[in-house]
This record gives sequence, structure tokens and C-alpha cells, in this order.
Amino acid sequence: MSNRRGKQSIVFPNAPCIVGAAAVGGVKEGQGPQRQWFDFLLEDDIFGEKTWEKAEGKMVKKAIDLALRDGRTTEAQVDLLLGGDLINQLMIANYAARDLQIPFMGLYGACSTMTESLIAGSVFIDGGYAARAVTAASSHYCTAERQFRMPLEHGNQRPPSAQWTATAAGSMVLAGNTSANGDALPGGDIVVTSATIGRVVDPGITDVNEMGAAMAPAAASTLLTHFKDMGTSPADYDVILSGDLGNIGKHILMDLMKKQGCPLAASYNDCGAIMYSSEQDVHSGGSGCGCSASLFAGRVIKEMRQGRIKRALLMSTGALLSTISAGQGESIPGIAHAVVIERKGGQQ
Amino acid sequence: MSKAGESEQKKKQKAKEYEAYAKEFTPKPAYVANGIKAFLTGGAICCAAFALQNWLTGSMQLEEKDAKTWVTVTLICTAQLLTGFGLFDSIAKFAGAGCIVPITGFANAMVSPAIEYKKEGPVLGVGAKLFSVAGPVLVCGIFVSIIAGIIQLFR
Repeated sequence: MSNRRGKQSIVFPNAPCIVGAAAVGGVKEGQGPQRQWFDFLLEDDIFGEKTWEKAEGKMVKKAIDLALRDGRTTEAQVDLLLGGDLINQLMIANYAARDLQIPFMGLYGACSTMTESLIAGSVFIDGGYAARAVTAASSHYCTAERQFRMPLEHGNQRPPSAQWTATAAGSMVLAGNTSANGDALPGGDIVVTSATIGRVVDPGITDVNEMGAAMAPAAASTLLTHFKDMGTSPADYDVILSGDLGNIGKHILMDLMKKQGCPLAASYNDCGAIMYSSEQDVHSGGSGCGCSASLFAGRVIKEMRQGRIKRALLMSTGALLSTISAGQGESIPGIAHAVVIERKGGQQ
Repeated sequence: MSKAGESEQKKKQKAKEYEAYAKEFTPKPAYVANGIKAFLTGGAICCAAFALQNWLTGSMQLEEKDAKTWVTVTLICTAQLLTGFGLFDSIAKFAGAGCIVPITGFANAMVSPAIEYKKEGPVLGVGAKLFSVAGPVLVCGIFVSIIAGIIQLFR
């Protein structure tokens, strides 16, 4: 039987397990309401390095290291590393992979990288092309600010729709049921069961400070397609989490879904909207690859292990803009990839 | 009109409609509060500058022209120092145009890229990107002054 469902969705009959996961957060993230879910918090965003980029690279390596330790896996056992970030030519991921020496493929999906790498990793493992794979995604406020906006110390006021790039990284270790030489792997009870690969949707927003609005239609498209392809509805999931739509994008998505006759209930939330508290003055909320990566790898996996979540629909969202496209007045295309993670059995 | 042009127009129309729809979900910036804050800080900066100038021309017995130069230099240096200490962006967040419009904003626009790009070397980093923020202001300013000069010439 084909593993495809509908035009955009796939199922994983061999159900790759998430055996390890870890989240690393920056200073501001550690002061926010999600503090308890991070495995490691930075005391200083420069992380003892000379440049912000090096600090972000060290953060990714820390996340991967902690995820491997959490999954009782060694670097040598891993067949594949999948990951990415926001910085030009995947600078951060490339340099982290240089130090790790695990076979590596860099992925760019703007802030949708975490679910993109989870989907790719699951396909590799389900198909038997890798026994163990590590996924990772990161973002850093200071590297993103420098590349996409203004120098850090430049004085300006951010509009209410602006979002704050999260200084965070998340990593997950995926494992199949059998190793390369046929031995059974211990596995785990948290598995990836299906995924929906998003289409690029461009609603025509040109203002780089309105990323939530630019991504919301892509998120709606992926969600609607997922429910249709898989024959499910929002009620079938304990948690539906989008990546970094922020407060504004979150409400646009909820309105779009309601108009399509598929309203999202209280089980829905957005990582960008819950990453910071309103006192932290981040306007519309958090953004960046690390925003969803750290909350998926930190909070969702931990809550699943505690038995509070049985079935989660995770959807990282990406605004596919570049500094060149923004300069040339092009609109911002959006994308969203969804992954379903389930806890087998249900007993604690 | 060609078919391609028609669909292009439709796309633009759709984008406009969506933008208006998205605006419904976006809180409005606090224009009045921001305006008052900008007025107060901007005014305070200008008052301090005048006080300094009066002191220089009065107690220090400087010529007005020299005093003005000293005031400008003081404002620029203060803004540069505040930028270096990482305080200017916090002030600007509160004051907005109040501290960006005076010469303090220009000083910040020069120093902040200098700090940012220092890591890329003195020539291709700081040298090449020093004017990345202030450059457009300079180009516009010089362009407008040329036009004003030409008008003045033929008046």
C-alpha cells in the first residue's frame, strides 16, 4: 500500500521513534514563561564566543549534544544529521556539522526548518536508509537582527506587528526499529506517524514586519490539507502547535480556519505567541527556527513523556523572504510543514 | 489589456484586500503617546543643547559660531558614547523620533554599524559598511542641497 495520503501527506508505517530531544534557550527566553522546558539556558547570549554566529553554532551543538545524551546515543551511531538556520548559506548549521562529523544535509525552510527536518529524517528512517538521525534547528536574535534588519545598537522603534527572533535551538534524535546490521533498537514510545508537506502560499504582504500575516494563509493551507488527507479534524489532536505566527498571525489563522468551516479549539496555540510574556515587550511574539524547534523538542516531548499529551500536530511556519527580495519590493511567500507525533500505549 | 496584465492586476487587488484584512488583527501604534514622548525627549535634548550654548557664550566667553560647534560635537560624542555602552537603543525605543531626528540619531546611525561590523575587519567590515544606515540619508541630503543650490543660482 502506498504511504501517500492525498496530494501532500505521507504516513510512516514503521513509525520512527523520537528517542532523544533537547532545547537550548537564550537569556530572554529563560526569563519568559517557557523557562522550565529548556534543558539548558544561556547565561549570556554571546556564549563565551567572539561573534554572535559562533555563539549560535555553539548553541546548536549544545542542543544536539544534549539530545544525543537524552537518547543514550553516541555521535558515531548517528547516520544522518539534518538541520538548518536562518543565516546566509546555512552558515550556522554548516559549521556545527563541520565539528560533529556526522553525514550532513542542510535544510532551509526559513522558520519551518524543524518540522522540515523531522519529515526528512522520518522518511530516511522509515525507508530504512538510516537507523538513527539527528534533526536540529536554531535562531539567534543577534545574528538574525544583523542579517535581516539593523545593526544591534541602532536606535529605532518596532511596529506592533514586529516579532522577536528567539535565541534558541532544538534538536531531536530519531531512531528506527532496526540498526544497520539488523539488530533490534530499543526504540521508544514517542513516534512520528504522519506528515503533511506544505505548499508555498503568498498572500502578497511586502512589509517585513508583518511576517505573521504573511505566513498565516500557508499555515491554514497546510492544516486544511492535513485534515482532509488524513481524514482527521482538530478534535483528534490533544495539541495543535504552529511555529511562529505570533499573536497577530495566530488570530488570523484562527479566523481563516473558522471561515473554512474548520475552527481551531483551545487545543491550538502558537509557539511564537507563548514564548514570551507580554511584559517582555516583544510586540507580536517570538519568531525564528529556534522558536518552534525549542518548544517542540523541549516542551512537547517532555509533556508527552509525562503522559499529558498523546497526539500532537506540530507545524513550523516559515516566511521565505531574503534581504534581496525585501529590497526589491517582492512579497513574502509563506510555507508550513506539519508533523504528527504520538505516544504509543498511553500507560505512564 | 493583455491577459497577463489582467491577472497581475487581480493579484495586486487580492494582496491589497488581504493586507486590509490582516490590519484588522494588528493593534495600532500608540501615535499620541509616542508623539508626546518624542516631543518631550526631543525638546529636552534641544533645551540642554541651548543651555550648553548659553553657558559657552556667557561664562566661557566663546564666539557664538565656536559655541555652536562645541555643542554639536558634544551632542555627537554623547550619542556615540551612549551607543557604545548599549544605552542608546533603549532610549530610542522610548523616545523614538525625539532622539533620532536630532544629530544624536545620526551619530547612532554611524556608530552602531561600526560596532556591528568590527568583526569583519577594519577595511571590508567597518570601512565598507560604516555608512550602511546613514548612507541613504547622506545621499538624499546632498542631492537635495544640489537642487537647492541650482535654484539659488538662477533666482
